[in-house]
Amino acid sequence: MEAFGLLIYGFSVLLTWKTLALMMVGLVLGIFVGVLPGLGGPNGVAILLPLTFTMDPTSAIVMLSCIYWGALFGGAITSILFNIPGEAWSVATTFDGYPMAQQGKAAEALTAAFTSSFIGSLVAVLLITFLAPGIASFALRFGPPEFFAVYLLTFCSFVGLGREEKHKTIISMTLGLLLAGVGMDTVSGQLRMTFGSNELLRGINFLVAVIGLFGISEILLTMEERLALRGHAASISPRVVLKVWKELPRYWATLLRSSAIGCWLGITPGGAIAASFMGYNLAKRFARDKDSFGKGRIEGVFAPETAAHASGTSALLPMLALGIPGSGTAAILLGGLMVWGLNPGPLLFVEHKGFVWGLIASMYLGNVVGLILVLTTVPLFAAVLRVPFSAIAPMIVVSCAIGAYAIQNAMFDIWLMLVFGVVGYAFKKIGIPLAPFTLALVLGNRAEDAFRLSMIGAGGDLRVFWSNALVGSITTLALVLLFWPLISGAMAQMRNAIRRDARLGTK
Amino acid sequence: MSRQIGFLASALAALALTTAPAFAWEPSKPVEIVVAAGAGGASDQMARMMQAAIQKNNLMKQPMVVSLKGGASGAEALMYMKSSAGDPHRTLIAYSLIYMLPLSAKIPFNWRELTPVSVIALDQFVLWTNAQLPYKTVKEFADAAKTANPPFKMGGTGSKREDHVLTVFLEKKTGAKFAYLPYKSGGEAATQLVGNHTQSNVNNPSENLEVWRAGQVRPLCVFDKERMQYRTKVTDSMSWNDIPTCKDQGVDVQYLMLRAMFLPGKVTPEQTAFYVDLFSKLTRTSEYKEYMEKQALKPVFLAGKDMLKFLEEDDALNRNLMTEAGFVAN
Repeated sequence: MEAFGLLIYGFSVLLTWKTLALMMVGLVLGIFVGVLPGLGGPNGVAILLPLTFTMDPTSAIVMLSCIYWGALFGGAITSILFNIPGEAWSVATTFDGYPMAQQGKAAEALTAAFTSSFIGSLVAVLLITFLAPGIASFALRFGPPEFFAVYLLTFCSFVGLGREEKHKTIISMTLGLLLAGVGMDTVSGQLRMTFGSNELLRGINFLVAVIGLFGISEILLTMEERLALRGHAASISPRVVLKVWKELPRYWATLLRSSAIGCWLGITPGGAIAASFMGYNLAKRFARDKDSFGKGRIEGVFAPETAAHASGTSALLPMLALGIPGSGTAAILLGGLMVWGLNPGPLLFVEHKGFVWGLIASMYLGNVVGLILVLTTVPLFAAVLRVPFSAIAPMIVVSCAIGAYAIQNAMFDIWLMLVFGVVGYAFKKIGIPLAPFTLALVLGNRAEDAFRLSMIGAGGDLRVFWSNALVGSITTLALVLLFWPLISGAMAQMRNAIRRDARLGTK
Repeated sequence: MSRQIGFLASALAALALTTAPAFAWEPSKPVEIVVAAGAGGASDQMARMMQAAIQKNNLMKQPMVVSLKGGASGAEALMYMKSSAGDPHRTLIAYSLIYMLPLSAKIPFNWRELTPVSVIALDQFVLWTNAQLPYKTVKEFADAAKTANPPFKMGGTGSKREDHVLTVFLEKKTGAKFAYLPYKSGGEAATQLVGNHTQSNVNNPSENLEVWRAGQVRPLCVFDKERMQYRTKVTDSMSWNDIPTCKDQGVDVQYLMLRAMFLPGKVTPEQTAFYVDLFSKLTRTSEYKEYMEKQALKPVFLAGKDMLKFLEEDDALNRNLMTEAGFVAN
């Protein structure tokens, strides 16, 4: 019951006019960013992050998380009306959403998308609310070996569970780790890889890299592909909304399944993209008439959207509680926390209660307000897509440059951002995933420090990573996840062999 | 939004200018206090106290904003100040890193390139241990540390800096060996001590205040030649004054750290004069006095020639300590 008290406290932090206004601004910006192809959640949050540097941390995170919710909602609009996923996690939504729009059922599809997003988030927020209080007492058990084990877990699960080719994930991660080493080394107190440059003294700021890698490279790609925007008009009447809501209970199994997948993948760094595909595929697998999927079935919209939102929301829990981000956007919010002077990790729940519970309360409120907002403003946002790309692209580039400059007021960072833009473009062309790179850039330093502090404390004995149940189980889990593809492959082979034996036996 | 506030503030400032006594120079935009450390550390807390005290007592028409530049162990803040030559809207809240960082990491920085404004306090160092450990005196602690295997872990902020130097001198005087763990901030060193991941740390009073009040850590001695003056009870049974000096406990190690304000280089004497006046007023506010007592700092105010003399002596002292500890890079 402690959770309720804390949640009410969170609402009391939240319910000021200023915070509520920031929330609305964040949601509108987020939907806008979600609708624009080439922007999207992580980029939008990265670009708008510097706006919040002068705010107090609670206002800042409320605004940024609302941008995030808004982007999650907005991504569905373009997928359904234009068959352009504004976000990678909306790709699965286009499978049935766009056919529905073609059949003149755009309003139903949109309502279904928004409603199921809302349900997904709600389930995830409930999970966060009831898990979060326990995090605080857990906090003090984390010393350097435990922290390193958690970072190791994050890195390993990216390699083992990611959908990309393993060697490409490792290439990307290693480059990130290399760049994370630039600057001051806390453990030895010496400078590394600065080559006498004062600009490199600060190290490579991860936000500058992200703005370039995601924002600039996406613009380059879109220019190359000569994106043409054409789409269906839509407006939502209350009658349609009620009709869709009445059908909801029939799909309880799909909604529940997708929520569970989303929460699991959000807490482990599988992310919203994997969640949306998995939600869709499982809904298809469990359906009686599999063939009607892909031809405009409403369930095909419910399933991915619920999973994507549940995952996007629950990704914030490991970010706050352990300092490991469950998604790309969560990774950028993590960078934000450090800029506002908060140390993400278990102690955040002890030292900054107002911040944490204000954020959790804002998840409830932000999603309710967001749902109402998108249902009423769909035609307006759909109009954004009729603005020619040639007008939008320069605006995005300028906002990227301002964002990169504002982080440390350094002109050097704009050049760095452009370099990362080209790097990001090249990575996308040769299919190297960007997420492991950014992850390594954010966590590389902390992982290294944690490892070396563990080694100093243990006199160089690696057994320290199995010295108690907590650190031992995390380390073991990390290694299992790293080799998961091999393990699951071996298990599948064994199962096949057994089945074959059984079949032979019955003959 | 912030532009509107800025406009409003400057409009108010213009209005006030016509009535208030005129200075030869006054800030025309918000003044930045640059903190060369992470959030929640002693510098950050002090900067926020100054921000609040200046605002509450209307000591300046422009607001103060705290900007955290703790990157590269604080080198980020030093280089930022160095590159801001001529900008009178930036002040650095400095501590001993201005002497130590250029020596240990060969950062191209010299405090003489900045403009010293005033020393506003001196900070103490205390030897702390986890309250669950049985050691009540420095002797008990040192004896246990001498025979400990694996060696006791000593938490601190940064590498080859004040905490590390103190650890080296503690080793020399007691004969014990410690595994020194450099954390990113004093706050982290405090929570790691509470979580029993280290046996001790040498935090400033302010960094361990909260965990001391919660009964999670125990102070063993203060690294000064006399006890701290504050006699108000901090915990149920102890005041800062009840902590013995390390010298009395048989470990003659003393170290006080400056807390001083600097402007960038190439500012005018009028600009410097404005800030000397501002900070001297600050040290007379009740907020400053309360803060000194709560965080167990030594109140002091030095400016002009006195400050320069202090800085030169302090620089020489720190250089000697660093050399003796073997932390000066070739």
